[in-house]
Amino acid sequence: MMENKKGFNITFYLLILPVLLWLIVLIVLPHIYLLISSFQGETDSGASFFTLEHYETFFKNKIYWLTFVNTAAYAIGITVLAFIVTFPVAFYLTKVISKKYASFLALLLLIPLWVGELVTVYGWMIILGDHGVINEFLIYIGLIDKPIEMLYTNFSMTIGLLYVSMLFMVVPIMSTLESLDDSLIEAASDLGASKWTIFTKIIIPYSMPGITSGGIIVFMLVIGDYVAPDILGGKSSLWFTEQIYNEFLSTLDWGQGAAFGFLLLMISSSIIWIALKLSGQKLERVGS
Amino acid sequence: MKKLAISSVAIATLLAGSLYAGNGVLRLITWKGYAPKALVKKFKKETGITVKVTYSNNEEMIAKLRATRGGGFDLAQPSVDRIRFVQKRFHIYHPIDYSKINTSQITKSMVAAAKKISGVDGKVYSVPYIYGTTGLIINKKMAPGANDWSDLWNPKYAGHISYRLKRPILIGAAFGMGYNPFALYGNKAAYKKLIDKVAKKLIASKKYVKTYWTSGDTQKGLVDSGDVWVESGWDAIGWQVHDKNPNIDFVCPKSGALGWIDTFAIPAKSKNIEAAYKWINFILQPKNAAYVTNKSSYMTVSKDAPKYLDKKIKANFKRSYSKADIDNIKWYDALPSGFASIEAKALDRIKAAE
Repeated sequence: MMENKKGFNITFYLLILPVLLWLIVLIVLPHIYLLISSFQGETDSGASFFTLEHYETFFKNKIYWLTFVNTAAYAIGITVLAFIVTFPVAFYLTKVISKKYASFLALLLLIPLWVGELVTVYGWMIILGDHGVINEFLIYIGLIDKPIEMLYTNFSMTIGLLYVSMLFMVVPIMSTLESLDDSLIEAASDLGASKWTIFTKIIIPYSMPGITSGGIIVFMLVIGDYVAPDILGGKSSLWFTEQIYNEFLSTLDWGQGAAFGFLLLMISSSIIWIALKLSGQKLERVGS
Repeated sequence: MKKLAISSVAIATLLAGSLYAGNGVLRLITWKGYAPKALVKKFKKETGITVKVTYSNNEEMIAKLRATRGGGFDLAQPSVDRIRFVQKRFHIYHPIDYSKINTSQITKSMVAAAKKISGVDGKVYSVPYIYGTTGLIINKKMAPGANDWSDLWNPKYAGHISYRLKRPILIGAAFGMGYNPFALYGNKAAYKKLIDKVAKKLIASKKYVKTYWTSGDTQKGLVDSGDVWVESGWDAIGWQVHDKNPNIDFVCPKSGALGWIDTFAIPAKSKNIEAAYKWINFILQPKNAAYVTNKSSYMTVSKDAPKYLDKKIKANFKRSYSKADIDNIKWYDALPSGFASIEAKALDRIKAAE
C-alpha cells in the first residue's frame, strides 16, 4: 500500500512540475514584474520610487483612454463581423457538403495562418492601394476614374484585422456544429418550424459555446494586435498596443508602458467577463 | 529518468550554444545596409571572426540593450545624439579606447563631433561610421516648386504629402516655421512651448497628409507608387528611388537639412571587445567603406573612401547638396533627458487629432 502511494506521488509531481514551471516562470512572474514596474517612477538620476502617476496619466489624458475605448469598440465590432462572416462558412462546411470535401476546404482556410500575419497584411496592401488590384480593376472597367482611398484608413485596418482573426472563429464553431444531430433540424422542420426559427432556436443555442470561445479568442487577438493597425491603419487610426509600444521604445518610460499593459489586460478581461455574464455562458463550458 | 537526463543535457547544450559568444564571434546589432554580406565574408577570411548581424533601429537597439543591461551584443550602432542620456541613465555602454581606433582613416571633423556629442564625464562612447541628412524627397514632375519643410503643409500638395510621425518631423517643422529648436536644448519650458506650437501646426495641416510612413521601405514605396509627391526622407533613400525613377530626388530643405551621424558603440557587457575594435577598423578602411557606400548610398566618414566611389554616388551628392546646403545642415546635438517625453506627447496628440 505504502509503496503504491509513493509511486503515485512521484508520477504526480513529475507531471505537475512542467505545468507549474510554465505557469509560474512564464506567466505569473512576468506579470508580477509588470505590475511592480507599473507602480515605479524614476527620477532623472535613475532612482526609483512608488507612484500612482502612470495610472493617473491614463485616466487624466483624454488621448489615452480615448484610444483604449476606440480599440475596444473596434475589437468588439470586428468580433461580431467575424461571427457574421464565418458562421455561414462553418455551417456549410459541417452540414451541407460531404465530409470528404469539407476537410479539404477547411485545410484551405488555414493557409493564411501558415504564411504569417505580416505577409497577409502586406498582401492586403497590394490589393487595397491607390494603384492596387481593386482600384486598377475598377478603373479598367470604367466604373470609376479616380482611385478610391481604401488603404491607410480604418476600413483597411478592419479588413486586415478581420482577415487574420476570423479563422479562430471558424474552428470552434465548426467543432460544436459537428456534434449537432441533423435529426434535430429535420424534426423541427417536420413540425413546421420556419428556417429562421430553426436557426435561432436550435442552431444558435447549440453552437453558443463555440461562438463564445471563438469570440473570446478573436476579441483578445484583435485588441492585442499590433501589426495590422500599424501597417494598414491610417494617419488617425489609434490602437492601444501602439501606445504601449511607444512608451517602451520611444520614450523609454517602461513604468508607463507596464501600466498601459496592465490596464489592457484588466479592462479587456473585464469586457470578456461582462460578455459572458450577458450571454449566460460559463467560462468552464466554453473552455471545453 | 535516463531520457529526462539526456534531454536536459541536450537542452542545456542548446542554451549554452546560443548564449555562447567566444573569441570567434562578433554579435553586431546594426541598421540594414551597414554590414554587407561580402564584407562579413572578407572579415572572416582575414581574422577568422564570424560576424552575426541583427538588423534594428535606434529605439529597438536602446530598448534591447536596456533590457539586458548592455548584454546580448558585442557591438551596436546607435545615432550619436541618442547616446549621452541613455548612458547617463542606464549605463549600457562601455567607453571607447581611442588608442585602439585607427583614427587616421576617419574624417577629422567627424571624430571631433562624435567625441563632443557622445562624451559623458570625460569618457567617449562612440566612433563615427555613416552620416547623412533628413530632408525632402520630391516628385519633381508633380511638385516642381517644393523645396522646404514648410511644403509639408502646403495646400498645393494636399493629399500627396507624407512624413514619419517621429522626432525629426517636429525638428524639421520647427526650422520650417523659422525657429531653431536646438538653441532651446538648455531650456525645457521654452522647448515644450515650441514643440506645442509645432504640434498645432501639424494638426491643423493634417488634412493634407496622405499617410505617415513608418520605415525606409514604406518611405520608398509611397513616392515610388506616385501616391506621394512631397515627403520627409533620408538622402540615401531619395537617391535609391532616383536610380529607378529620375523624376524623384532628394532635396535639401531651404531652412536646413537635419544631419545625423550613426556610430559604433560597445555595449557594457560585450563579450568580445577586441573583435569589435577589429571590425570598426576593418570596415572603415577606404575600400571597404566605399563598398558600403556604393551599395547603399549612405555617406561614409572614411577619409579616403571617395577615391573608390562610383560616379553615380558622387553625382547624387553633387546634385542634392550645394556648398550652401552643406553649410546649412543642422546637426543633431545630444538630446537632453526628459525631452523625449515632451516630443512623444506631442506626437501622440498629432496622431490622435482628426
